[in-house]
Amino acid sequence: MNTRNTKVVNRFEITSRLIAKLKHEEAVIGGIGNTNFDLWASGHRPQNFYMLGSMGLAFPIALGVALAQPDRRVFALEGDGSLLMQLGALSTIAGLKPKNLTMIVMDNGIYQITGAQPTPAANVADIVAIAIGSGLARSAWAADEEDFERLVDDAMAASEPSLIAVRIDDKPGVGTTRRDPVQIRERFMHGLGVRDPL
Amino acid sequence: MAIAEQQPQGSSDGSWHGIVLQTLKRNEISLIPYVPDRVLTPLIKNLHADPYFTTFATAREEEAVGIVAGAWMGGRRGAVLMQTSGFATLANVLASLAVPYQIPLIMFVSERGTLGEFNYGQSLVCRTMRPVLDSLALEHHTITRLDELEFITDRSIKQAVTTQAPVALILNPLLTGGKVFDK
Repeated sequence: MNTRNTKVVNRFEITSRLIAKLKHEEAVIGGIGNTNFDLWASGHRPQNFYMLGSMGLAFPIALGVALAQPDRRVFALEGDGSLLMQLGALSTIAGLKPKNLTMIVMDNGIYQITGAQPTPAANVADIVAIAIGSGLARSAWAADEEDFERLVDDAMAASEPSLIAVRIDDKPGVGTTRRDPVQIRERFMHGLGVRDPL
Repeated sequence: MAIAEQQPQGSSDGSWHGIVLQTLKRNEISLIPYVPDRVLTPLIKNLHADPYFTTFATAREEEAVGIVAGAWMGGRRGAVLMQTSGFATLANVLASLAVPYQIPLIMFVSERGTLGEFNYGQSLVCRTMRPVLDSLALEHHTITRLDELEFITDRSIKQAVTTQAPVALILNPLLTGGKVFDK
């Protein structure tokens, strides 16, 4: 596995670095659990969408946003355990080749939120190899925080979908998303310019 | 009434799938992810052939639901095509995404498992569909007649959008012919 030379980084740190780079109202979809808790903790933006269930659907939801708004950059943050639930989505995205979609996988090899049980993929599967094998040629491990930022810059300049995998530690999320699905959805639609508030 | 002024336009051959395609178009539903089904084949083929639609297969039905949910939030309307057994995989995404986030998810379900089913498993899966829909109090209609198809489809799409609630349109073998053992 090519993960051996990658530094183990922190999810909140990585998420904060991503958010700091977003200057053009880019959409960000946060997968369930710690992934969106750290997105929330990085500072709420109207273009953030937080999932409260439907494990594994961060990339499909982001794909839908990307297909609806091809001129807006769309990011999706997903955990490794969540991604394992929906590996087929990688091929769907590879086939459609949305120019504006970047997928970020936070890989700690465990279901942290349920008690840190190892995933079936831990120590045997390589997320980036799976992504490349699924047809996503622009897939890479981030070696460290600076490399992550460089890969994000590359992805924002690319004209095909990119996947960035990050090895993260076993820390829980820093914040807790306010679990108000209707308000989350409505404010996201305002943030994307689809609707105006009442 | 708007519906009376909007008679089937261009559903040229009057087939069930022609009417569905034209009703989708008239309601500006342009994104159609699906998991295929034999009965849906002519509809899928014609959607692919029409550049108005972005039509593609997904690996699982819940993936397709995620895609149209994201598209809706981004301002583009979609619908998901599936078979009964595919609907049976959706309870989690319906209860944790479509319903609580108030997404007008439009589902077309080709009904297997009844009126001549030859696969026992399909007939059992079919029996789970309406209880799941009813348990979430979701709007659903079983369409059996060609002359009711456009009205039910058009009205249901409009209701889903305006009430921000999912709807399942179940395409019964009486409408489509279904799939029989010798096919």
